Amino acid sequence: MESIIEPVAALFGPAWPLVWSLLKIIGIIAPLFLCVAYLTLAERKVIGYMQVRIGPNRVGPRGLLQPIADGVKLLLKEIIVPSGSNKGLFILGPVLALGPALAAWAVVPFSDGWVVGNVDAGLLFLLAVTSIEVYGVIIAAWASNSKYAFLGGMRAAAQMVSYEIAMGFALVCVLMISSSLNLSEIVAGQGRGQWAEWGFGFLSWNWLPLFPMFIVYLISGIAETNRAPFDVVEGESEIVAGHMVEYSGMAFALFFLGEYANMILISALTSILFLGGWLSPVGFLPDSFLWLVAKTSFILFLFLWFRATFPRFRYDHIMRLGWKVFIPLTLFWVVVVAVWVMSPFSIWK
Amino acid sequence: MDFQTAVFYFFSTVLVLSALRVITARNPVHAALFLVLTFFTAGGIWMLLRAEFLAIALVMVYVGAVMVLFLFVVMMLDINLDRIREGFWSYLPVGAVIGLLMVIEMAIVLGGKYFGLEGMPAPADPGEGYSNTKELGRLLYTEYVYPFELASIVLLVAMIAAIALTLRKRTNVKVVDPAAQVAVKRDDRVRIVSMRAEKD
Repeated sequence: MESIIEPVAALFGPAWPLVWSLLKIIGIIAPLFLCVAYLTLAERKVIGYMQVRIGPNRVGPRGLLQPIADGVKLLLKEIIVPSGSNKGLFILGPVLALGPALAAWAVVPFSDGWVVGNVDAGLLFLLAVTSIEVYGVIIAAWASNSKYAFLGGMRAAAQMVSYEIAMGFALVCVLMISSSLNLSEIVAGQGRGQWAEWGFGFLSWNWLPLFPMFIVYLISGIAETNRAPFDVVEGESEIVAGHMVEYSGMAFALFFLGEYANMILISALTSILFLGGWLSPVGFLPDSFLWLVAKTSFILFLFLWFRATFPRFRYDHIMRLGWKVFIPLTLFWVVVVAVWVMSPFSIWK
Repeated sequence: MDFQTAVFYFFSTVLVLSALRVITARNPVHAALFLVLTFFTAGGIWMLLRAEFLAIALVMVYVGAVMVLFLFVVMMLDINLDRIREGFWSYLPVGAVIGLLMVIEMAIVLGGKYFGLEGMPAPADPGEGYSNTKELGRLLYTEYVYPFELASIVLLVAMIAAIALTLRKRTNVKVVDPAAQVAVKRDDRVRIVSMRAEKD
């Protein structure tokens, strides 16, 4: 590897670190877009099978080219800017919806050392970036100059701000027991302990000691990405498509990409923070990037499964669950974990 | 000029320009969005000072929560721009005096010997493995634990006061208890009556 990189690095001279970072970014974004495209197909297929249908099967063998066809269709469609809208912000909305979803991948480790920016405060960075995500929706909603879009934006603002708090507290528990904000170290910390030594690695991951937080994080993640059953932001039955109602063509596709990229991000983060990332569940198998893929795919499957299973929550129930159930629960559990870590019964020494 | 200085000047330019736009933008929503940009760039500048916790906390708290709710309110207001601009000239002297006072105060603070470049030089390179977050946490919970707890109590009191101000027990509201809703069984709602089939 070194022998290949050296001459290329010499070619670019002082600009090499920039080029190398760009290459790494492309190395993450390109597969990510492919994953997003095929996640849409997987969603339609999985929900199809759950509802005893076949799902898309016309484009390509077994419908495998369907996402490509959808992408081409959206690219070729005209972007209509409503006449009463605020043009600059109308374009900025979808950009801001997708941007943070991609930026967050900068600190996500894929395997030991496989990370673009191995920063010390990775978890904080993630919290900050995911908290910016809501702007895409709000700006799009306001700039569209439409009542439906605006109602969607208001719902999005309230919902995302509420569930972020519960998510933040769940993350506080994780960082307390791993005493690090670096994601690679959080994963490494999950590989240590009595169970891991006995060869049952999956019992030493964070999901077991932090089980309530794992559930809260998973559910808040679904609410944060505005997925069913928390998809009142789109709410087809009452506000048509919420903030996306005025968008067409590629501008709409950017929202779509952002939503699915966020789903993959939340799934990957759940795997990294609670399910041991790339660590192998049993002692006799090696740690590998493939474990992270498997865990992320499983969480993504849960997202699709929930969508096919649960009816949409009523709006006041969503707010009640966020503020009256999750926040008190997580607050209480933060104290419990803090006492546990400092007590003689701590298992994270 | 090294790379860091260039980044600093870039951030400062964006910061000053967007801060100016906050007060000159005609549309209040635009002004709020420029304020978001201002906070974000300020976070960038703090990051240059290696204060990553403060920088990210600024983005998280102000950009991620406070400004979202702020925008929420501003977007719902129906502001008549002409009405706002009406009293501009009559308010200008008062505003100018207050502005001048603030400039003088800032000049005293920043130009004084305690806050000058000599008084507060840039921190030395702490080297590898230095965690600003950890250091800040240690200071907050050891040396400054009483002021810190006092500040949190003040915030708690303010929060309770805000809730108490808006909490009104409204009568005749048709609100349902979700727990009761979930707990409903078929027998609570439907009565199945066994009847003999009627023949004619």
